[in-house]
Amino acid sequence: MFLQLFVVNKSGGLIYNQNLSSAAPRLNSNDWLRLGSTFHSLHAIAAQVAPVPSSGIEKLETDTFKLQSFQTLTGVKFVITAEAGTPDLGGVLQEIYELYTDYVLKNPFYELEMPIRCELFTLYLEELIERHSNAGGAPGGGGGGGKKPAGQY
Amino acid sequence: MDSAKRASAPRTHILDRQIVAAGKGGKPAEVSLSAFSFLFSEMVQYFQDRVTSIADLERKLEEAGYGMGLRVLELQTFRERLQKRRVRLLPMLQWVSSNVWKALFGKTADSLERSTENEDEYMIHEREPMTNSFVSVPADLGQLNCAALVAGVIAGVLDGASFPARVSAHNVEMEKGQREKTVFLIKFDPEVLAREARLG
Repeated sequence: MFLQLFVVNKSGGLIYNQNLSSAAPRLNSNDWLRLGSTFHSLHAIAAQVAPVPSSGIEKLETDTFKLQSFQTLTGVKFVITAEAGTPDLGGVLQEIYELYTDYVLKNPFYELEMPIRCELFTLYLEELIERHSNAGGAPGGGGGGGKKPAGQY
Repeated sequence: MDSAKRASAPRTHILDRQIVAAGKGGKPAEVSLSAFSFLFSEMVQYFQDRVTSIADLERKLEEAGYGMGLRVLELQTFRERLQKRRVRLLPMLQWVSSNVWKALFGKTADSLERSTENEDEYMIHEREPMTNSFVSVPADLGQLNCAALVAGVIAGVLDGASFPARVSAHNVEMEKGQREKTVFLIKFDPEVLAREARLG
């Protein structure tokens, strides 16, 4: 089961956060901002101190939860957390990235690097999460099987 | 246009291409929705920097669409090899909501209705205009509907065919759980109705 999602821009600012389940811990907005920028810094440090060439933190697995992050070529990071034992989150992150390119980047009223306030993005994100939750969090879940209107990037 | 086609005809200049030509299987050639959306998004941002009110922004979009409408009318009538000009109101409107719509969006409009209150008003309903597929209008811009561009296109087509009309795009609330749809309100000039009455 998914817990939380947040999106961090290339300079470490939190631009989107969302609880994906009622079981997710409630954070106030300051905590969210702190979490976003802390993860951004850790990600950068991890990439530098790694003994082999590394692109930073991709996965964290603990006894109680797992976290997976996906960094786009432009430096935006999508981070999702889920309960321990949830199958691979890479597919979901990829689909969320797709929603971002469609409903955020093609929206004339969105300013780059600013917090995401796009109704359609939230709407289709909820739909995506619901679809994956119902499918028992199937890995890489039948992408494109949804009723999302045509959108390609 | 698919990549195979593009690769096979790299050297034909756009002016040398057949204007009547359609894409594969007799279907009209298609343009990427993403390409259109990015261009449209930039257009809206460009206008937004140059206006002071929402009404002005819609007017700018309508003006941009008007020029497109005139061209669409020309191209479509040419492609259909029309022998006669459409002079009656209803066939003209039906042509706009079916043929023109199909050429532009690949589908017909959801419905065409006559206003019950004013006989010079007609409405074209569209659940999800292509211009709005990726647009979330922020609350501070209220009733802005980016389909004003399409309203301009309709106005251009109608005006070019000597049916001058005021066309505007409006949001219509749907039952909860559904996204609001768009209605294009077409208000014809008095001369159009006078002519229509003369034709009997």
